[in-house]
Amino acid sequence: MNYWPLLGVATVVAGFVLRLNPVLVVVLAGVVSGLAAGMGLGDLLAMLGDAFVGNRALLLMVMTLPVIGLLEHCGLRERARDWIASFRGLTLTRFLLSYLGLRQVLSMLGLTNVAGHAQTVRPLVAPMSQAAAERTTGTLPAAARHRVDAMAAATDNVGLFFGEDVFIALGAVLLIQGFYAQNGIELEPLTIALWALPTAIAAFVIHALRIARFQRRLEREARAAQSATTADTREPAC
Amino acid sequence: MLKLSWIYTLLGLFVLYAALLNLRERRWSMATFWAILACPFLFGDLILAASSAGTRWPAQAMGVGVLGLGVMAARGGLGMASDDAAAQAARRTWAQRLGNRLFVPALAIPLVTLLLVLAGPYLRWGGVPLIEDRQSTLTALGLACVIAFGAALRVTRVPVATGLGEGRRLLDALGWAALLPMLLATLGSVFATTGVGDAITALVGALIPTQSALACLIAFALGMVLFTVIMGNAFAAFPVLMAGVGLPLLVQQHGAAPAILGSIGMLTGYCGTLLTPMAANFNIVPAVLLELPDQYGVIRVQWPTALALLVVNFLLMWWLVF
Repeated sequence: MNYWPLLGVATVVAGFVLRLNPVLVVVLAGVVSGLAAGMGLGDLLAMLGDAFVGNRALLLMVMTLPVIGLLEHCGLRERARDWIASFRGLTLTRFLLSYLGLRQVLSMLGLTNVAGHAQTVRPLVAPMSQAAAERTTGTLPAAARHRVDAMAAATDNVGLFFGEDVFIALGAVLLIQGFYAQNGIELEPLTIALWALPTAIAAFVIHALRIARFQRRLEREARAAQSATTADTREPAC
Repeated sequence: MLKLSWIYTLLGLFVLYAALLNLRERRWSMATFWAILACPFLFGDLILAASSAGTRWPAQAMGVGVLGLGVMAARGGLGMASDDAAAQAARRTWAQRLGNRLFVPALAIPLVTLLLVLAGPYLRWGGVPLIEDRQSTLTALGLACVIAFGAALRVTRVPVATGLGEGRRLLDALGWAALLPMLLATLGSVFATTGVGDAITALVGALIPTQSALACLIAFALGMVLFTVIMGNAFAAFPVLMAGVGLPLLVQQHGAAPAILGSIGMLTGYCGTLLTPMAANFNIVPAVLLELPDQYGVIRVQWPTALALLVVNFLLMWWLVF
């Protein structure tokens, strides 16, 4: 057994600990692991090139950028905020829970690329979340807004990850089935997919509780900030 | 018939356009960066075809390009250009004038994708399917973006150049973060080719007391998480941990149910995906897209969900598989 290629893993860990640029770390790790496996320079370069081209589907989100950029130039994010702010009774928890549920159900149907960070989170879900949060907290400081944005992105991730395994014709289930089939165990994709349901439900419940707590915390912070400003009335308001 | 390779060509042309604009503004390294990145989209099929025909120099040249991207990314900065008050006021005016019509093109991306995926098998032109079957979801997404761009131009009535320029502004702001998911997947392929997985399997096998089902399950669950954290992808971790621990120890020796172990084991790996900067497209790209001051801002809010789910997944496996 040749253990030297593990140096590639060590490179990744060291690079992130040293906070080097991730792109550089990843390229270095590939080179280190290739050289450690005893590859020649020609083979190494060809392998890098082929693998890079083979994975280009991951950059497809760039196709959304002209649409999103243009619409943002024309005030999409502002409109999204105003629109959500006009709904009475809509809170951050209710809004993000609806999105989480929708994202999970869509992923379960195999529609994983319908939503995403570039397609929906940046132009719509994040500004809408801010507006929904500010209905109960008043105007949020920048740091709190960033946390709301981050929570919107996290909600998208949780919804995507813990929905997609329920869909039978998608990567994960087929990968599992293919692995067992190679090793002589025949399984129906549906049986694999169904066992993803308990985790899907648990993910919804856990993340729902966390969103609700997050909203309460934002409200508490807002009240504390408000009482601090009213206590000190000599400070000019700005 | 519409193929994914057409969408790739379009994407390549857009990235090349970003390179040219940067060239005109004398931002040399940004221009080179995007020019190299345009190659796998403009010439990808040619490179792959040459490789399978035994001609290796195109792939090797692309490999040199990957090394170049790494070096340039290390020197380049990152972040959104700051916003001025005049632009903010202009956006407010736009928003008031266009109102909810602005949502139409934005929602067109998901809705048209959905429609094309669902209707795709029935859309035919003289017996030939309109959208190629292979990776039809990705083709549908690309096509939906083109349609949505047309709709956005119609609704806002701004020139095409403004639209593409705004897209380029976002691309420049994303910078190397846009590239990271693709490179990480490349690293996954490299690790698989060089035998990193086999080495880890051998190590795990040597370290755990294999006669205890609980120890094996803990090794399997933690291994899935750790390996996913390192690779940034549960799909890469799954075959490694299954071949090393799951199949020989849990299924064959301790009689675990394969369907449940596979399904929940994969989801345990997903908990790791929520924790790692290596899963750049889920954790780093949104942090940049949302202009968070902290690169790890998204991971910071989602790790409690991930750890709680990890515990749930472990307990589910412990109760259900044996």
